[in-house]
Amino acid sequence: MRRVYPNKDFCIGCHICELACLTAHSESKDLIIAVREEQASGLRPCKAVYEKGPVCVSLSCRHCENPTCVTACISGALYKDEETGKTKYDESKCVGCWSCLMACPFGAIRRNPSKGKIIKCDLCEGRDMPACVQACPNAALSYEDR
Amino acid sequence: MLFKPISQNFNDFVIDRDKERCINCEVCVRQCSYEAHFWDDARQCVMHDNTKCVGCHRCEALCPTGCLTIKKNPADFRDNALWTPTYMKHIYKQGDTGGILLSGMGSPSAKPIYWDNLQLDASQVTNPSIDPLREPMELRTYLGSKPDKVEVEETPEGPRLKTKIGPQIKLEYPMMFSAMSFGSINFNLHKAMAMAATELGIVYNTGEGGLHPTLYKYGANTIVQVASGRFGVHKDYLNAGAAIEIKVGQGAKPGIGGHLPGEKIDEEVSKTRMVPVGSDAISPAPHHDIYSIEDLLQLIYALKEATEYRVPVSVKIAAVHNAPAIASGIVRAGADIVVLDGFRGGTGAAPTMIRDNVGIPVELALAQVDNRLRDEGIRNWASLVVAGGTRCSADVIKAIALGADAVYIATSALVAVGCTLCGRCYTGKCPWGIATNEARLKKRQNPEIAAKRLTNLVKAWGHEIQEMLGGMGLNSIESLRGNRDKLRGIGLNEVELDILGVKHAGR
Repeated sequence: MRRVYPNKDFCIGCHICELACLTAHSESKDLIIAVREEQASGLRPCKAVYEKGPVCVSLSCRHCENPTCVTACISGALYKDEETGKTKYDESKCVGCWSCLMACPFGAIRRNPSKGKIIKCDLCEGRDMPACVQACPNAALSYEDR
Repeated sequence: MLFKPISQNFNDFVIDRDKERCINCEVCVRQCSYEAHFWDDARQCVMHDNTKCVGCHRCEALCPTGCLTIKKNPADFRDNALWTPTYMKHIYKQGDTGGILLSGMGSPSAKPIYWDNLQLDASQVTNPSIDPLREPMELRTYLGSKPDKVEVEETPEGPRLKTKIGPQIKLEYPMMFSAMSFGSINFNLHKAMAMAATELGIVYNTGEGGLHPTLYKYGANTIVQVASGRFGVHKDYLNAGAAIEIKVGQGAKPGIGGHLPGEKIDEEVSKTRMVPVGSDAISPAPHHDIYSIEDLLQLIYALKEATEYRVPVSVKIAAVHNAPAIASGIVRAGADIVVLDGFRGGTGAAPTMIRDNVGIPVELALAQVDNRLRDEGIRNWASLVVAGGTRCSADVIKAIALGADAVYIATSALVAVGCTLCGRCYTGKCPWGIATNEARLKKRQNPEIAAKRLTNLVKAWGHEIQEMLGGMGLNSIESLRGNRDKLRGIGLNEVELDILGVKHAGR
């Protein structure tokens, strides 16, 4: 399946992927409103850029073959879509136990503080290209089948 | 501003931040390598310090909400035609530092640009123009010494060339990426130039910084340079390329050597240049083994011997007052290619006074060198290449009509990958990741993207050159070379027209 792969050699640490993610997952689809208003009501990007010295890399859900988050999920909110291979998330079932947060070896799951539910990359359902990949100014993110 | 010397507050640029749109995302803070943008803890928002802005526009280009505009500082000194702010600021700076003024990139001074005073011809009724989309249009160019005459012999398989032709560089476009050393620009761009040159069927020049071991595989599309510091020069290096260039002078700083600051010399640059990490790499003003044309001849033949006469040897000089006589000497010394670098040529660092006041426009030097070599009957002994301030395909085609075989492009190549000519290359903090070896900054140039952009640029210019050639009723670049009848001057006086060897428009 196609996944988002980061390239740490060319990640410039601008964090624009986070902003693109935020916009794509906002109600308004407008960066300024998403940051100023929707973020206050719990909206968070599914991505995070990690930095150490000059090295930086943008991480999000890896959509693992055998996801530990799915194993850890107590409510069945996280599940593997057999057809697409994506690790999917049904928000209505999430009970906010954060088991998946602890289980994820990549730290790719985040909390929505106001909803008490998780936030996780859905590879931009409904978009041809994930927003982060499209917005990266240095082609340090690729969406491909490896 | 508080804690700053008075003179630093006469800043060139102001940062205009539209607070309506700014979301305090700090993209500008992370992008600015001069720390003009910063997170203000007291106010809990992004703020900026105008005095640190160099006008590179990196923040403006990456701001995701488009809230930033970098403007010229509207604060004006009293109008004075003699004492312009540029000169006053130079003096303030020197009052502060006591040092030589340094500049990066080519001269921005308002001196004549003769390309703009030359118009091309086009075919009408009597000689039909050619549509390059329907008919063949030859841009291929060979650089190197051509024989005085060719002899052909009859063989059972048909006629065969009997004369032995010297080594040539084959170019699919009459353009090359000119010398920018590994060190002055970083590895990612060297790799991008190598990739683009290979894809395009042209060559790039290593500049005086050696050739990184991983780039030897692009050797067929590489000119290796030998300059006064001899950095990175060894037998394998000389034999790695398609040609060798002896750099005697550079258009941006004729008469001056080079100085790569220690800050730009990291592990890889150090290994390639063969100098210690962090030490300044100083190229002397002269080659210490060249004090005459005879000495130059010895070096040319030493390099030809080292490469067993497989590759052409080029000699690059800055366009200066006696360029024609010098060029004649160079050709007679055995150079296969002569490069003229005009005073608008770029540089990573040059003393400002020299950059803006030494050397002559390359258009005039080119016309005169071409004349001189033709008058002496030795024009075919060497190819003629011009460098320095070629901004568009029309400049390239005008250079060829004036007598050049090909054109070196570098500033335009850098602009294609993001350069905004802020002219602070010598700081080693290039926010566009070009003139920097800082790990954090150099990765801003992704070689794949840069190579694509360079390829696009040359292909685009190639298409335009084909269109212009077709318009003149020519179907090959060879038919235009030195064909000054295809040029007319506008707004030029008689002396200028005479030097350029073109008629005034209307004649």
